[in-house]
Amino acid sequence: MTPLTAYIEGIGVLGPGLIDWPSAAAVLSAATPYAPAATVLPTPLSLPPAERRRTSVVVKLALAIGFEATTRAGIDRSTLPAVFSSSGGDGFNCHEICQVLASSERQLSPTRFHNSVHNVAAGYWSIAASATAAANVLCAFDASFGAGLLEALTQVAVERTPLLLLAYDTQYPEPLRAKRPIPDAFGVAFVLAPGARASALAKLTAMLTESDGDRMSEPHLEDLLVSIPAARGLPLLRKLARREGGRVTLDYLPHMRLALEVEPCN
Amino acid sequence: MTPLRLTHFTAVSAVGRGLAETLDALEQQRSGLAPCAFETVDIETHIGEVPGVDATALPQALRGFNCRNNRLAQLALMQDGFTDAVATSADHWGPRRVGVFLGTSTAGILETELAYRARGSATGELPKDFNYAATHNSFSVADFVRQALQLDGPAAVVCTACSSSAKVFASAQRMISAGVIDAAVVGGVDSLCLTTLYGFHSLQLTSRTPCRPFDVARDGISIGEAAAFVLLERPPSRLDGDTIMLLGTGESSDAYHMSSPHPEGRGARASIQQALKAANLAPGDIDYINLHGTATASNDSAEDLAVTSVFGTGTACSSTKGATGHALGAAGALEAVICALAIQHGLTPGGLNTTEVDPKLNLHYLCENRRGGLRRVLSNSFGFGGANCSLIFGRAA
Repeated sequence: MTPLTAYIEGIGVLGPGLIDWPSAAAVLSAATPYAPAATVLPTPLSLPPAERRRTSVVVKLALAIGFEATTRAGIDRSTLPAVFSSSGGDGFNCHEICQVLASSERQLSPTRFHNSVHNVAAGYWSIAASATAAANVLCAFDASFGAGLLEALTQVAVERTPLLLLAYDTQYPEPLRAKRPIPDAFGVAFVLAPGARASALAKLTAMLTESDGDRMSEPHLEDLLVSIPAARGLPLLRKLARREGGRVTLDYLPHMRLALEVEPCN
Repeated sequence: MTPLRLTHFTAVSAVGRGLAETLDALEQQRSGLAPCAFETVDIETHIGEVPGVDATALPQALRGFNCRNNRLAQLALMQDGFTDAVATSADHWGPRRVGVFLGTSTAGILETELAYRARGSATGELPKDFNYAATHNSFSVADFVRQALQLDGPAAVVCTACSSSAKVFASAQRMISAGVIDAAVVGGVDSLCLTTLYGFHSLQLTSRTPCRPFDVARDGISIGEAAAFVLLERPPSRLDGDTIMLLGTGESSDAYHMSSPHPEGRGARASIQQALKAANLAPGDIDYINLHGTATASNDSAEDLAVTSVFGTGTACSSTKGATGHALGAAGALEAVICALAIQHGLTPGGLNTTEVDPKLNLHYLCENRRGGLRRVLSNSFGFGGANCSLIFGRAA
C-alpha cells in the first residue's frame, strides 16, 4: 500500500492515574513513576446545562480528551471533521436498558434510549464544539484503536484536511463486566493534519504489517494496554512523550497491525 | 472523487430475499409491514420483520456468532451469488486488499436482552454460553462477515445510528482512494430487538399504522430489519455503460440535538451539497431522490426544507420505508441497493401508505411508480446524534 502520512498537532489523554497529556507524557517518558488510580472525569462545562445533566461517563471522557487535544493544537473545533472509535458505547446505560427490558414494566426512558447509540459521544461533541463537519464513529472490538487511526489517517490523506481522532473506552457494570472486563475509562485524542505547521509535534507514516504489536515494559501500563482497547495506542504515546523517532507497531486485527514511522518535529 | 463500481449487490428485507423479490415488491408496490408480533413485544405498531431469519444456520465453523443479527447477515450472503462474487474479487485483488465496512445500530444486542432475563437468581450472572464479542458487540457482524467471506483486509463497523450503513460507502471510498485497499464489502445489518422497539416507542416515534412518509397524518416510524451488501471495487479502465457507480458521498453533523434533526435541515442540506460537489454534479443532474423519509413529523419536515433548498420542488422524491420499514443501521445500504435496482430497471419507486401528501411539505413526493430512464439518484440517511450522509449513484455512461 501507499504509506499514509499525517502530522500530530495536539494530544489529549485521560485514564487511570493519567489526568492529561503532560501527566501521561511524564509517566511514559519515565520521568514520573506511574501511580495507578481511578480515572477522574471532569464535568463537561462546554455543554448547555440541560445537556450536561444527561451526560454519562463515555461523553465526559470523549469531551475531555477532544477539548484537550484541540486546545493544545490551537485549532478551530467547529470546522474540524472527527473520527470516534470505541469498542463499546455507554456501558452503564446499556445495563440499565437491559434491566428494564428484562423486567415486567419495560418502560424505557427516552433519554436512556437516545444515549444508547454508539455515536452518543459524537453527538454531544458536535453540540459542545458546534462542530458541523463529518463525524465518523467506528467500532472494531479490540481492534478499535487501530481501526480509528487507519480511518483518520486515510481521511487526512484523501481529504487533505485536519481531523480530530478520539479513541476511548469505558467499563460495563456487572453482570456484563464479567463478560467484557474493561477495568476503567481510558481515552486518547489526536489532532492530525496533512501538512507540517509550526504547531506540529511529530510526523507519522503508516503502513499495514504482520509484525507483532509493541508492548509496554511498565507492568501497570501493559495491563492498561491489554485490558482497554483504546490503550492499544500507548506505545505511540510513549514514543511521542520521549520525543523519539523510529518505528512503533500497534495492535489492530489478527495478522494485520499498524506500523508507524515517527519523526519528531523541532 | 473517483467513482467506484458497484460490482455486485444483494439485500434481504421485509419485502423480499434477494434482488428479484425486492424488485418485484417495488414494481408491485407491495409493503412488507405487518402488525408487530415479534418476540414478547407488547407495543401496538407495525414492523418490517424478515421471515425465516431464525431458521437460517450459520456455517459450522462460525456458530459462535449465532444471533439474530448474524443469521440475518448470513441470509443475505446466500442471495444473488454474492459470496461467489466476493471470492472472485478476493482472488483478483488478494484477500488483504479487500476491506469489510458494515453499519449496524444494535448488532446482536437481542442476545443480551434475552441473557438479562436468564440471569442466575443467586449470583445475577449472565448465562455461561452468552458470547459478548460475537453477538452484542457492534463489530460482531463485521467479524462474522469477514470470516464468512474469508477476507483479510481492514475492517470496521460504522455506528452512527440510522446513517451507519450509508457512511460505510464513504469510508470504503476513502480507503480505496488512498490505496489501502482495492475493493470492499460494504453494507448494513440491523435486526429487530427490544431496545429499538421500546426505545422508539418511549420517544413516541413509532406509528400504530404502517408508516406514512410525507403524509399530512404521518405519526411515526415502522421499525424494520434488513441486511444489504455491496461489493465496491476500483473500476477497470473500460466499463460497461450499464454498470452502477458510486459517484459521490457527503457527510455532516447537525450539532443540534441527540434525537431531533435540526428543524431547518441544516446538516442534511450540507451533506447533500457535499455529495453533489464530490460527484461534480449540479442539482438538475439528479433524477430521483430516495429520501430518509422516516415518517416522523420532524424528520420529514426538516428533510423537505433541506431538499427543496437545494433542488427546488421539481425533482422526483420518495421514501421506500413504507415498503421496508425503517431498517435503522441497515437503512443506508438497503436504500443504496434499492437505488441501484431503480437505475438498472428504470423504475422510480413511489412511496407506499401515503394517501395525502402534507401540503406544508413542498418537495415532489411520488406515490405511484414511474417508468423511464434514471441516470443518477441521490439517497439520504440521517441518524441520531445529527449524523448525516448522502450518496449519489449513477450509470457509468
